[in-house]
Amino acid sequence: MYNFEFAKPATITDAVKALAAEDAQALGGGQTLLPTMKQRLASPATLVSLNAIPEMIGVCVNDKGEVCIGGATTHATVAQEARAHYPGLAALASQIGDPAVRNRGTIGGSLANNDPSACYPAAALGSGALIKTNSRDIAADAYFQGMFATALAPGEIITEVRFPVPQKSNYQKFVQPASRFALVGVFVAKYADGVRVAVTGASTDGVFRWAEAEAALSADFAKGAIDALSPPKGDMIADLHGSADYRAHLVKVMTGRAVAAAG
Amino acid sequence: MPKDHGIGASSKRREDIRFLTGRGAYTDDLAMQGQVHAVMVRANVAHGRIVSIDTSAAAAMPGVLAIFTGADFADVGGNPAGWLIHSRDGSPMREPKRPVLAHGKVRHVGDAYAAVVAETHEQARDAAEAVAAGTEIEELPAIVDMAGAVANADNRVHDEIPDNLCFDWGWIEANRDAVDAAMKAAPHVTTLELVNNRLVPNAMEPRASIGEFNPGTGDYKLTTTSQNPHLTKLLVCAFVLGIPEHKLTVVAPDVGGGFGSKIYHYGEEALVLAAAKKLGRPVRWTAERSESFLTDAHGRDHVTTIEVGATLDGEILAIRTNTLANVGAYLSNFSTATPTFLHGTLMAGPYKVPHVYVNLKAVFTNTAPVDAYRGAGRPEATYSLERAIDKMARELKLDPVAVRRKNLLTPDQFPYTTPVGLVYDVGNYQATLDKALDMADLAGFEARAAKSRAAGKLRGVGLSTWIEACGIAPSHLVGQLGSRVGLYDAATVRVSATGTIQVMTGAHSHGQGHETVFAQVVAEKLSIPEGAVEIVHGDTSKIPFGMGSYGSRSLAVCGSAMDRALDKIIAKGKKIAAHMLEAAEGDITFENGSFSVAGTDKAKSFGEIAFSAYVPHNYPLETLEPGLEETAFYDPNNFTYPAGAYLCEVEIDPDTGKVTICSFTCADDFGNVMNPMVVEGQVHGGVAQGIGQALVEHTAYDENGQLLTASYMDYTMPRADDVPFYQVDHSCATPCTHNPLGVKGCGEAGAIGSPPAVVNAVIDALHRAGMTHVTHIDMPLTPARVWGAMQA
Repeated sequence: MYNFEFAKPATITDAVKALAAEDAQALGGGQTLLPTMKQRLASPATLVSLNAIPEMIGVCVNDKGEVCIGGATTHATVAQEARAHYPGLAALASQIGDPAVRNRGTIGGSLANNDPSACYPAAALGSGALIKTNSRDIAADAYFQGMFATALAPGEIITEVRFPVPQKSNYQKFVQPASRFALVGVFVAKYADGVRVAVTGASTDGVFRWAEAEAALSADFAKGAIDALSPPKGDMIADLHGSADYRAHLVKVMTGRAVAAAG
Repeated sequence: MPKDHGIGASSKRREDIRFLTGRGAYTDDLAMQGQVHAVMVRANVAHGRIVSIDTSAAAAMPGVLAIFTGADFADVGGNPAGWLIHSRDGSPMREPKRPVLAHGKVRHVGDAYAAVVAETHEQARDAAEAVAAGTEIEELPAIVDMAGAVANADNRVHDEIPDNLCFDWGWIEANRDAVDAAMKAAPHVTTLELVNNRLVPNAMEPRASIGEFNPGTGDYKLTTTSQNPHLTKLLVCAFVLGIPEHKLTVVAPDVGGGFGSKIYHYGEEALVLAAAKKLGRPVRWTAERSESFLTDAHGRDHVTTIEVGATLDGEILAIRTNTLANVGAYLSNFSTATPTFLHGTLMAGPYKVPHVYVNLKAVFTNTAPVDAYRGAGRPEATYSLERAIDKMARELKLDPVAVRRKNLLTPDQFPYTTPVGLVYDVGNYQATLDKALDMADLAGFEARAAKSRAAGKLRGVGLSTWIEACGIAPSHLVGQLGSRVGLYDAATVRVSATGTIQVMTGAHSHGQGHETVFAQVVAEKLSIPEGAVEIVHGDTSKIPFGMGSYGSRSLAVCGSAMDRALDKIIAKGKKIAAHMLEAAEGDITFENGSFSVAGTDKAKSFGEIAFSAYVPHNYPLETLEPGLEETAFYDPNNFTYPAGAYLCEVEIDPDTGKVTICSFTCADDFGNVMNPMVVEGQVHGGVAQGIGQALVEHTAYDENGQLLTASYMDYTMPRADDVPFYQVDHSCATPCTHNPLGVKGCGEAGAIGSPPAVVNAVIDALHRAGMTHVTHIDMPLTPARVWGAMQA
């Protein structure tokens, strides 16, 4: 690790100010950033911790019934506090990493990083969530722009994520055996106006929606409804842990399991 | 009522008090007055010619004290291979120099070509980056694939070795023609090509070393993560740096696992000593986990074709194997013994096989050196054999259990001389097989398989009947086979005036539990409390000598030395007692901790004799020296031959290819067992590593020689939820016939016997589900590989 300055602002305004400095980098839970820095692969001049900003921490339900989660809220807190309001989301949060990761990692950090194998992008895209930043609101469909790429501008902070609550939902993760990130993870959510299916881990383009499955499941929310579908097309990741065909196959398997588990 | 004390008791591991409460003292925990920090500069290409190294920028950086490059060690020795292997044509193996720091060429990613010493670790690291930036390396094509390495005469890991071949070994060459003839005449020949996957050892504690030099006395001290400090001392002194042996102390303090990887001497150890001499200050180095992945000696990495000739009813007539064994970029200390005499000699397994021939070519590649890893050669032999026999049974439509039963040696056939050079002294392979089948309830398998089917899963069962040669090793035999060292061990028993005991052992405990188990043996023999015995190990200034711990040898070899030393203590005690009791020495007996005159009630306790030895007021000083301390060296006259039967039951999720181990049953014959709990723990750990190899552990280099699995993000270690609750038994014991404790060794068994049981179970499950086209899947059987095989 190289030396760096450390800022811990108490307000979003101060955080934005601090992030305007040269080579400043926002720090959520640090579950990706800190290992990268330890390997000397990242060398921010200033780390701006977002973990001491009260308005960015916590889970609540707004007037529209959406579950609103502060950007600096840890996975463990979401797993605990969202359980009564959005059990599918809470369950997803409860399966990220291990307890140490869940006690440090934050939803804002995960979404800002947009690791192609992370779990939260599937929930956000699968729920049609609204990503609120210090300067604007971004719909999930516009937010994810490929592996590690998002609509965020430099210095922009995810302050809150708003999740419309579906009638039914479930997340199924088939883990990459070493990292236990998602080799393929599928989030299925059934809303009154249709079903959303978001897939993480599988595609070289990062998280994506499987349109054919959404159409089939919107017509009939049953495991068997996707039987006739071919696995999704597109550029699947091929690596040590699985071929492109295998990942595509797993998308279908995990989608079926998520539908079955959603009930 | 199980024993609660001495031999056979499950005494709790006394070392765990410090290990589990953070009171262990590992090398990196030890802070030295005035210490400075070394960081190695490592190659980021697999193969390259060092054009120039400009250290001037680094030398000017804050805190930098010294920079070393390969040129600084060009005139000292190299780190040698411990075994000289001869090729089939009689020529000696090709043995390139392994320098302290790479000079001229770098030969694998992670190969250290320079080192920086600075006041702080961060300063050293910054300067190491500057050295790397000032270095020009002309990248050469990487040699990664073994077959390609041998075929390509122009691209050489070592410029002087034209075909990248270290040796071409035949075992036993005289068997070759008879094996060929028997194979030709065999009614059935099963052929199987398989890969024994390369493994990264992953000791919990990374390697670390501290060098010290006292300019006032000229004494050196090396504190290091070693499984055998005496061998490291010998190598550093006699081969690498030329330090007189009496001027170097090597200490291996608490060591957090090794699995073989810490047997060997590594360049960093020589570097910190040379740097300490130059600077007159303690120099420390600790590997980062990434360095462990890149530079610890890896394990396995064989590509084998095995043929088994058999009758149509499954009697094995001949076995022939052809193997390419990867030794990596340099010869690590045991790297030439591991694929040869720890592998080829086991190719008859526990079976009566008339004809066996092994051909093995050891190949240099631009990858990390490969050497002994838990099991070391024997897992490779067992895997080839047990997979091939299973395939043979399947091809002949025979029951794999029955095929093994048909070929296993029977108890009346011992001692048995195998066609590959070993003499098995004793065993009862039918007993362990029966025990395993019974414990695993093989009879109930079909019912369990039906239940799995109902849940949409495929269930299978796999067997492995394994044997190993350990208790390494008879020096006279290994000397004939090319070993450059003896493989005896030593122990000193020091009795204090108050009757407590220290035993200095050449065996080194790095997780095994020696401090508990060796004390149990002493306590039993002398009828004293275990708490009165302390085991001292890992310090060459305290211990007479020793060859360290590996090859499941600690108790069989060093324990035997300790037993001999205890015999000497008792013999001397009898002399003292005879004097004190005014009786003839021949009339003194030692029983239950008491020296007594046979047939009388005259007796002296062990404590009284010890006291008398150090306060010799009433003592035969004219014929006997005071004091009570004895040393024994023990050199075994044969290997020991643990054996057993392992049964694994798996379920496969056909949708994903994921294999779940439902049960794993081990019936082992380790001879006499000193501490059942410790033995069970050793088996658990060994089987976990075997399951790791079979299902998850995968070491992958890309075509440029970059290690793809260089962190835990991509290299999978077995975790608690990957392994089942094991059923372990060691009641079918046939004590070793040639060592005093009757012990055989248990440290490697689990890792040796388990991989084929797991793979056999997966293949069985697929066949039962009708996928008979799947005759083999190479390890690790990851979900992707199993699913892929199912689709073919």
